[in-house]
Amino acid sequence: MLGRTLREVSVALKQGQITPTELCQKCLSLIKKTKFLNAYITVSEEVALKQAEESEERYKKGHSLGELDGIPVAVKDNFSTTGIKTTCASNMLKGYVPPYNATVVQKLLDQGALLMGKTNLDEFAMGSGSTDGVFGPVKNPWSYSKQYREKRKQKPHDENEDTNWLITGGSSGGSAAAVSAFTCFAALGSDTGGSTRNPAGLCGVVGLKPTYGLVSRYGLIPLVNSMDVPGILTRCVDDAATVLGVLAGHDCKDSTTVQDPVKSFILPSLTDVSKLCIGIPKEYLVPELSSEVQSLWSKAAKLFESEGAKVIEVSLPHTSYSIVCYHVLCTSEVASNMARFDGLEYGHRCDINVSTEAMYAATRREGFNDVVRGRILSGNFFLLKENYENYFIKAQKVRRLIANDFVNVFNSGVDVLLTPTTLSEAVPYVEFIKEDNRTRSAQGDIFTQAVNMAGLPAVSVPMALSNQGLPIGLQFIGRAFCDQQLLTVAKWFEKQVQFPVIQLQEIIGDCSSVFENDLASVSVKQ
Amino acid sequence: MWARAARRVLRAPGGGGRGFASKAGGGGVSAGGEKAPPERGRVPGDVIEHLERLALVDFGSREAVARLEKAVAFADRLRAVDTDGVQPMESVLEDRCLYLRPDNVVEGNCVEELLQNAHRVTEEYFVAPPGNITLPKLDEQELFSKS
Repeated sequence: MLGRTLREVSVALKQGQITPTELCQKCLSLIKKTKFLNAYITVSEEVALKQAEESEERYKKGHSLGELDGIPVAVKDNFSTTGIKTTCASNMLKGYVPPYNATVVQKLLDQGALLMGKTNLDEFAMGSGSTDGVFGPVKNPWSYSKQYREKRKQKPHDENEDTNWLITGGSSGGSAAAVSAFTCFAALGSDTGGSTRNPAGLCGVVGLKPTYGLVSRYGLIPLVNSMDVPGILTRCVDDAATVLGVLAGHDCKDSTTVQDPVKSFILPSLTDVSKLCIGIPKEYLVPELSSEVQSLWSKAAKLFESEGAKVIEVSLPHTSYSIVCYHVLCTSEVASNMARFDGLEYGHRCDINVSTEAMYAATRREGFNDVVRGRILSGNFFLLKENYENYFIKAQKVRRLIANDFVNVFNSGVDVLLTPTTLSEAVPYVEFIKEDNRTRSAQGDIFTQAVNMAGLPAVSVPMALSNQGLPIGLQFIGRAFCDQQLLTVAKWFEKQVQFPVIQLQEIIGDCSSVFENDLASVSVKQ
Repeated sequence: MWARAARRVLRAPGGGGRGFASKAGGGGVSAGGEKAPPERGRVPGDVIEHLERLALVDFGSREAVARLEKAVAFADRLRAVDTDGVQPMESVLEDRCLYLRPDNVVEGNCVEELLQNAHRVTEEYFVAPPGNITLPKLDEQELFSKS
């Protein structure tokens, strides 16, 4: 049951094949079994069971709220949740219990979803590995998959297998791991520079970044106000569309959400792609791209071509400056957003009482890690009067050039762009930490951050396993507010490639009780 | 078809060329590696101090200052882009009207809940230390003391 898609389970709940409480308990038990992944910071067991009870009552009376009623979900720990501590994986907010729910969380709860817990992330969502939070790094479930382990036996390996576990990518690594390991059916992430798509690519799940302005950011602890978007992680594209349908829409509490009426997100099953035009941006072929990812990218392009779609090479000329521009704008907005953490009204507060400035300074030194402090200081540097024009304004101008690049490409008849999501498959943690956060972020975000600067929708879809048995995903980028079209293409692609299910029987133990021997029915065929 | 074009791209000289429809972005430029400009500027000590005052965050170590210098050097790569006549972009939704809520009180009265999250509270007040004392100037020694 846990291996099924969200919609399949929803049907099962309606038909009474399983109750919300049973489903909830299975997920809770699996969360306990997979605790070593460190995907969850807080498991909200009591809350989830109570919600399950309420859901069960509704199903008994035949008054279910919709497709999400009784479905276990997880939420990244930078979304505010009433009564459940929200930490952003930082000492600054350790023990902070918000008095309100983020709009997207409220929407999920209003539809009857069961909140399993808050997932782990990089501190304040800054990073591309989910390795820099105070609760420790998140481990990629694929490190323990049969597919990966079998390939490793062919090579000489370390005495202690668990020293070489792989990162999930970030910063929504906890959410990606939670979905990948079947502990929930959907998870919320946040996407500022690729933080939802990057871990989705490395953990073999679908990671959707909706168009900026489609989904409310109210309650999402902000990083970069002009680029942040709540992200959705699921095991198949249809599920992502289902969740998007619940979350999308104007929120009067977030003035950056558009007021356009929300269109349906039910995805047609495309059979004919001959009217489609796929663009391949040539500047995304960088030297650091691994040959395996490159070859899969090429294979995907040929797949579209062979099925009748028009596949053309396009140019996004300012691509190489995109990551630099992102770096300046991100640190500048971060410097501003992090100013609210002073220890006075919420969060950590130091013991110094000499003066407000001394208290703020010490609180912030104790509360933030090096990465966060580094970004605040860099951001403040770029915002100094003498630097404002040359760095911040300059970056804003370059941002326009980058956004225009996309506009030009889409105006020339391209429907969807196809690019890699990451430079390579997931790497071992011990390798990843050899370089600092900024370097790794620049590498991890290289294909994803331009999309945030232009505010476009994008989705990472798992394509195939690498030679090492690890997932590789590809990214589709769509036109602004054409999320449905984007997901329709992604769904077609997903059906064509038939990405394999992760085999986690070894660590889950007795899988029969969890999966009811129906792994064979886990497919993305709808 | 496009694979052939990709091979062409890899052989083409990287970088170079200015102008609005700039080919400066063509081809792959190294992802995380440093293509450092000729002189990597050091950030002067008074700017460091100034940043620490503004941000109320201290560097804590020489490594942190070095990281800032690397970050600045990375950002300097933007100089190569020709942005003459380009307007800064603040928001991707600049072509739309975005609406604020009407100024009506519809919720609130949650004093207790809000005070619960603060460490120092007296009656209904958040308690702060005195605000009219400036942060002391730190000398070189203290600037780099480990936090």
